Amino acid sequence: MEDAVSLTGAPENKSPEISFIRRLLRMRETGLIAIILVLFLVMSFASPYFLTWVNMRAMVMAFAVEGIVVVGMTILLISGGIDLSVGSVTALAMVIAGWLFLNGVDPWVASAISIAACTAIGAFMGFFVTVVGLHHFIVSLAIMVIARGACLLGTGGRPLGLYTLPSEFKFIGQGSIGPIPVVILIFLVVVVGFDFMLRRTTLFRKVFYTGSNEKAAAYSGIRTKRVIFFTTTLCSALCGVAGIIYMARFGSAQPTFGIGMELNVIAAAVIGGASLKGGSGTIFGAILGAVLLSVVSSSLALLDVSVYWQDIIRGSILLTAVSIDHYLVKKRR
Amino acid sequence: MYGPVMSDDLILKISNLSKSFGPIRALKGVDFELRRGEIHALAGENGAGKSTLMHVIDGILQPDSGEILFDGVPVKIASPAMAQKLGVGFVHQEIALCPGVSVAENIFMATTNSSRALLMNYRELERKAAEVLGELVDIDPTTLVRDLPISHQQLVEIAKALTLDCRVLILDEPTAALTETEAQILFRIMRRLADRGISIIYISHRMVEIFDNCDRVSVFRDGQYITTRNVAEITPDDVVNAMVGRVIDELYPRKQSEAERSDEVLLDVRNLSERSRFKDVSFQLKKGEILGLAGLIGAGRSEIVKGICQLEGEVSGEIALDGKTLSLKTYQDSIAEGIVYLSEDRKGDGIFLDMPIAGNVSALKPEQVANGFGLIIPQKEKEQAEELGARLNLKYGSLSDPVSSLSGGNQQKVAIAKMLSINPKLIFLDEPTRGVDVGAKAEIHRILRNLAASGVGILVISSELPELIGVCDRVLVVREGRISGEVTGDRMTEENIMHLASVGDVQVALQ
Repeated sequence: MEDAVSLTGAPENKSPEISFIRRLLRMRETGLIAIILVLFLVMSFASPYFLTWVNMRAMVMAFAVEGIVVVGMTILLISGGIDLSVGSVTALAMVIAGWLFLNGVDPWVASAISIAACTAIGAFMGFFVTVVGLHHFIVSLAIMVIARGACLLGTGGRPLGLYTLPSEFKFIGQGSIGPIPVVILIFLVVVVGFDFMLRRTTLFRKVFYTGSNEKAAAYSGIRTKRVIFFTTTLCSALCGVAGIIYMARFGSAQPTFGIGMELNVIAAAVIGGASLKGGSGTIFGAILGAVLLSVVSSSLALLDVSVYWQDIIRGSILLTAVSIDHYLVKKRR
Repeated sequence: MYGPVMSDDLILKISNLSKSFGPIRALKGVDFELRRGEIHALAGENGAGKSTLMHVIDGILQPDSGEILFDGVPVKIASPAMAQKLGVGFVHQEIALCPGVSVAENIFMATTNSSRALLMNYRELERKAAEVLGELVDIDPTTLVRDLPISHQQLVEIAKALTLDCRVLILDEPTAALTETEAQILFRIMRRLADRGISIIYISHRMVEIFDNCDRVSVFRDGQYITTRNVAEITPDDVVNAMVGRVIDELYPRKQSEAERSDEVLLDVRNLSERSRFKDVSFQLKKGEILGLAGLIGAGRSEIVKGICQLEGEVSGEIALDGKTLSLKTYQDSIAEGIVYLSEDRKGDGIFLDMPIAGNVSALKPEQVANGFGLIIPQKEKEQAEELGARLNLKYGSLSDPVSSLSGGNQQKVAIAKMLSINPKLIFLDEPTRGVDVGAKAEIHRILRNLAASGVGILVISSELPELIGVCDRVLVVREGRISGEVTGDRMTEENIMHLASVGDVQVALQ
């Protein structure tokens, strides 16, 4: 990391192209893409099914909806928070919308109500964090359990079959526009939209300031509590959106859906460069983290590795990625 | 000077001790002698080398050269644990107790740590704690430390030091958190300990305390040992003179001339009070001048300016800017009026270390570099940082580098650029040159002078008296939450400021 030091010197003795390439090499996204490409290469030799349209599509479908939650989690992590309740809240979104639908509410209205309810849950957590002053971890841990309990209570523990869902609604989760599934289109819109906003808007810039140094942010006139309240609420709202898409895709509401999802989502964000200390992370990186985890899962499945091994490998990847990052950051200081 | 003493009267003898931190020589061949059973005060400005010397005695720092004789034996104090073994107890200025644990457990923390026993014997611990505390103050050893008032916590710290069978007890500004009555109790205890043969090193900025309670005083200045005197033979003036006897160099920019002086009031503060921090503070800041705020650490300097711009505290009183009375509720209001505060803790709350330079500069009002939809225009942000960077002579590689890649002086310039980004009317700078090298320091001083000349109100807080005297046109001195006096022109000397800050007697100072 010597060049981090030399960059403080005179800038004129370096051509812009070289410094651009260096910068590119330093970016974590570059490293992740390289790892993913290597995996692709290896797998295309190891399994004839890997590089098929069907497998690619399945892989993208596997993380697309969860990717929407990853977006919310990344923004929350950047602001210095964390949310363990994402899996439960996503399930609750399905259950609320499904239950309303079974009780005669129009599915679109039911979905809107459900997303609003999830937003309210986020606001509720935000209240406990910013006004009461509790830690995100403990508040979201409580909500994780409460929301799961509510799911089971509302359904009696059994999935709600939504066989009469109109096909326009199911289109969200099952349809395609041309060759591309709607789910993936929604995912792309959310990712590109939030990535852009996070990079460019003053609103999200304040999220970075707050997570980078909350006190310095307050000393710069930023209302840091409002920022944290906002990111907490946004994360739950995006869980609501993801829950609705899942419901449309499965045609049912599953009260036990998303158990352990928080691990995947946090892992993706952290592998992609978000720090649990706040202040850093990108949506693009987090999605690459999700892609990496998904490619690994898919590869292991194709290679007939036992499902039980997959968890162990996933956990190990997380630990390795975070350790390398921690080491590099320490070296740079 | 004092007469020769038998060497076995000395518990501690330090000779020709030096210690450097990189290029900074914190101690330059200092001597220090401590007799058995005496209360020995250390005096000196911030940065004179007192704490470095104490940290050497406590084994936290290792000297580069020099000799330490403890009880007549040459020693190398390699760690605080070894200092403890020798019998050195150190009560730090900041209380370092475990708040959620009982008094008894806190007192015997070190003993418990070195004990081989598997289980805690609480009854025994409490009995022994009661014994130690009995000599000091009536505290129930089973109380949790967090339930004690600060003064009692301080006494628990002292009790903790005493359990280590200490022969040398170092007290660093122990009265900072105490009330007058509590301080008096502490002084009586100190005397009792000294009578038992324990030697006490007492660090304080308060002359009254030194002269009422200590036997001898040693003065340090700029890392050098100046003198040791019997308190009975000298006056507070002598000590203050020895502390500051230094010629101010020519590094400072030209001050306001008589002709440039304006009567136009920029900031008018009347009867500003905050519950416990300060009271009835009134002052004016004129257009074009640099106003200094001096005072001991903890006197309330930062609290006053933070109060004015609503960063902390519930402030009452009147604040007028440019003749218009303001009703500020939050720091956001203050920024909107063009009043900004530069924090003394640059890394802690002044800048965003891991964020790009340009993003730091725009942090106060990102809307300025954004379009109507709240979208940041990178080009605008870059131009803003380039322009301010050029104005402040900021040295950087790329504006997208993190601020952590810059030197301390340049980091501070980024923090100042952030303030300037909103074209402020008034800037409060809290220790603006702390941790900044000499060259950058002079540059920052020049920047402040130029800003003042261009009509921006500048108020500087600094613990470095030469800096205040060199830079400011007028200095207000704060003592215990009140303005104890004001010095200008020829009366702006370190002696006068120190007097106002530590004794508070205006008459003495202005004679």
